[in-house]
Amino acid sequence: MRWELNLLCVFIVLPLAGAFLNSLVARRFRKFSTLWSNLIIFILFLLSLVTLKFVNQYSVLVYKVGGWSPPFGITLVLDGLSAFMLLAINLISFTITLFSINYMEKFTAKGKFYTLFLLMVAGMNGVVLTGDIFNLFVFLEIASIASYALVAFGTEKDELEAAFKYIVMSTVASMFVLLGIGLLYSYASTLNMADLSSYLAQTEPALVVKFAAVLFLFGFGLKAAIVPFHAWLPDAHPSAPAPISAALSGLVIKALGVYVIVRMFFNVFGVTSEILGVFSVLGIVSMMVGVLLALGQWDFKRLLAYHSISQVGYIMLGLGLGTPLGILGGLFHLFNHSVFKPLLFLNSGSIEYITGTRKLNEMGGLREKLPVTANTSFIASMSIAGIPPFNGFWSKLIIIIACVEAGRIGYGFWAVLGSILTLASFMKVQKYAFFGKLNEKYTQIKEAPFLMQVSMLFLALICVFGGILILPGVREYFITPAVDVVVRGIAYKDVVIGAIK
Amino acid sequence: MNSENNNGMSLIIKTVTRLTVGFIFIYGIYIVLHGHVSPGGGFAGGVIIALSFVNLMLAYGKEELYKRVPKTVLSLFESIGAIMFLSIALLGFTGGYFFYDWFVYKGEPFSIFSAGTMPLSNIAIAIKVASGLFAIFLVLILLRVTSGEEE
Repeated sequence: MRWELNLLCVFIVLPLAGAFLNSLVARRFRKFSTLWSNLIIFILFLLSLVTLKFVNQYSVLVYKVGGWSPPFGITLVLDGLSAFMLLAINLISFTITLFSINYMEKFTAKGKFYTLFLLMVAGMNGVVLTGDIFNLFVFLEIASIASYALVAFGTEKDELEAAFKYIVMSTVASMFVLLGIGLLYSYASTLNMADLSSYLAQTEPALVVKFAAVLFLFGFGLKAAIVPFHAWLPDAHPSAPAPISAALSGLVIKALGVYVIVRMFFNVFGVTSEILGVFSVLGIVSMMVGVLLALGQWDFKRLLAYHSISQVGYIMLGLGLGTPLGILGGLFHLFNHSVFKPLLFLNSGSIEYITGTRKLNEMGGLREKLPVTANTSFIASMSIAGIPPFNGFWSKLIIIIACVEAGRIGYGFWAVLGSILTLASFMKVQKYAFFGKLNEKYTQIKEAPFLMQVSMLFLALICVFGGILILPGVREYFITPAVDVVVRGIAYKDVVIGAIK
Repeated sequence: MNSENNNGMSLIIKTVTRLTVGFIFIYGIYIVLHGHVSPGGGFAGGVIIALSFVNLMLAYGKEELYKRVPKTVLSLFESIGAIMFLSIALLGFTGGYFFYDWFVYKGEPFSIFSAGTMPLSNIAIAIKVASGLFAIFLVLILLRVTSGEEE
């Protein structure tokens, strides 16, 4: 079992080593640094597939960093939910690095881009693997700081302004998280999640624990861009280069926000009906506010950024129902959203790469000139709007059925309404960008370079066949272990402590 | 300012800096090397080492420092510090665990040559912090100079 355990560190070590070697050699060997970064992310993608097998075989793996036993040392914990997130992160990162080979050519410092991107991947992998709340904070900051720099990568006025807003709000969130961790540490004298959870289960619920929970909801809610805390996202996501927008919308808000909320509230504190109610209401508010704000946007990327808020609302609604079916829907929608939203951002990047515009009313008729971009974006639009047979349909269907099953018809109504408004909004995108008359400026344009097409087609394939993942026989390998971890709730501590022995 | 000293500050400050900067630098190294037996460590020592360079820059002006410590050297040292720290952690796999204390000779408590890999990690952190902090200072100066001009 030793080599399987050692594999867990590889998810953190390999991107970190890649990032620092990149910053060392990128100036001299440009081709090498591109190749090297893509290779690392590809290896991580393959390894994340291997972790699914481990979860199937051992159900939970606990790695003791430095050989120190858990209450004192740091642990890395691989369970169903971690493996699920790892696969999502590394799969999407792989397509994003593939896309950025050509796309990032128009920026001068491609090596720096890969350095920061690998650091961000290392941070996200660390967040989903660690079993220690302070270690989680450290990885959270690695990923966040890399993302601040990446948002400002264009170094134009708008980008710097958006990045500054993002830095201020995100740092406030990090400080709230740190304060929460400090309060919990002073109360329970432990930082290990499983140990903390068993301490909280033994004692009477103290007010300070509830206060820390509120601080966490604020801090991680801001990282996840749930509605009262969403103001930074519509500026930060469109300002970044397209591959980074894809990574921020597809991965960062989920790994740093939604995943940590699930882990802390379901597995460490334990959920009550009030907390679940808060999740559902926040989910519905995000869903509706996000989609209503998106309807009026004419900037393609800004529209997509508002839809990210709305789709995170669906995930929170599914999780907030608290039933196994609702959690299945929420997690499945998390995966699906991290496929079609990066695809849409890559489409917008491809259009921007070719035509140089992000304004929907300056496009038009691009379908005949850019067949691959147009068709993949059609698939992604239909997925996000929840049209069968694409993957978004299945996860939204499960969430709505779960609402009805839990006796929350009203929640189901809002979910359906949000889906219809999403469809309307993406009809607008399709009509203005790809159908209609071709703008005379763009008669000479050619389709995007080959590698950009490959990464878009790859994501579109997952969108088309994503529904297979919840068929019986397939879901046991991927989604069911993740759902089990969340449904088991605070039994997480017994599983982890049992695995340490 | 007279024409002789138009780079940096006055002669008094230059002289005092010349006398003290070596001590500041050595004090930084002292903090780093005693990180595991007394308060301080890689980060604090690294900051002090960076401050000795900042001190030189304030006294002698930025052109003088650019000549001796170019930005590429700083970025090189920063990467080397990070990779050194990561290698120390990775060498732990020889003992079976990431970050395992692979140093065979653990030494006596409260002496400098003790505590396994900790002094080495402190040195790696100090290299990273010293070059990183000084690079940040350089970048801030650089931005202030070129903000009015088109590049």
